[in-house]
Amino acid sequence: MKYIEPHAHMVSRTTDDYERLALAGCLAVCEPAFWAGFDRSSPEGFHDYFAQLTEHEPKRAAKFGLKHFCWLCINSKEAEDVKLAAEVIALVPRFLDRPNVLGVGEIGLNKNSRNELRIFEMQVDLAARHNQLILVHTPHLEDKLKGTRLILDALRRDRRIRPERVIIDHVEEHTVKMVLDAGMWAGMTLYPETKCTPARAIDILEQYGCERLWLNSACDWGISDPLAVPKTALEMARRGHLAATIDRVVLANPQAFLSQSPHFPAHLG
Amino acid sequence: MTRQQILDLYFLDARHKLIELAAFLDRVERSAGPADFRLRSFRRATAQLTGRKRNRAQAVLLAFSDPTAKPIARAHTKGACGAWNADAQ
Repeated sequence: MKYIEPHAHMVSRTTDDYERLALAGCLAVCEPAFWAGFDRSSPEGFHDYFAQLTEHEPKRAAKFGLKHFCWLCINSKEAEDVKLAAEVIALVPRFLDRPNVLGVGEIGLNKNSRNELRIFEMQVDLAARHNQLILVHTPHLEDKLKGTRLILDALRRDRRIRPERVIIDHVEEHTVKMVLDAGMWAGMTLYPETKCTPARAIDILEQYGCERLWLNSACDWGISDPLAVPKTALEMARRGHLAATIDRVVLANPQAFLSQSPHFPAHLG
Repeated sequence: MTRQQILDLYFLDARHKLIELAAFLDRVERSAGPADFRLRSFRRATAQLTGRKRNRAQAVLLAFSDPTAKPIARAHTKGACGAWNADAQ
């Protein structure tokens, strides 16, 4: 089986994980910019992080035959400091032309605050002005429902945004329908305790079909599994799904969305 | 898949999780002191499991969710605890 890992925070993972991904059939890994687990103290910290994502990490991946792509932004957990966030947003255009950059992400909301929403709208504007794809993080747990509604409303308000160029990530049973109904793509994240399990993600696929849906591990510095996507593919096979259906969800769908960026190849592998 | 095949694949796992849930509620009941909004949400959510309803997973998620529509004034924490606290609004 060949697949794309559309959301993984590889700066937090060991080199062993790159090897495991390659052995499992991963062709490409896509890394959204995110929170490091602590707040950075300056825009320079983000500059170095963006350099890591666009220069260093692709070299680590290439040692195992993996292509590495990334998304750039300031994440919602560091958006409460509006001055810092605005300075970081101003840095992003310097990196957008780098060959592994797919777009602006993972932008979104965390606690659904006014400042988070303001910074989200500024980054939607950034993406629109630079004709970039958008990857959106939706909040965790009790905040997800409200946050997803606020995010969809904000995206609909900006008439420049084409829904087919937006992926709303971390959907669950109570948010997937509103995302698909808005014409956007939906990502199901296979993450212990706080997001989807393989069984629940497959339930969603069986209820809503495979159109504009993908799977990702979002593996990071927390307890998470870089092999969650191939494990879910195995679970799909156990549940009687055809190889063609599995390929569509784990390879063709991410390929179709991501290749809207000129930096992502039309064909992988 | 047939209902029998689903049972074959998931029954033991679901049974295990149900017992864990029951044991958690027993543990909470045996402990001393007041509970909080999380236990109230949990009881609302478990009520969604009974009867011949559809979309139970969605109903459970909604039982834990913040139903309000306006952004909050400011984020004072980065984390989520799993249940909406109506009293804190």
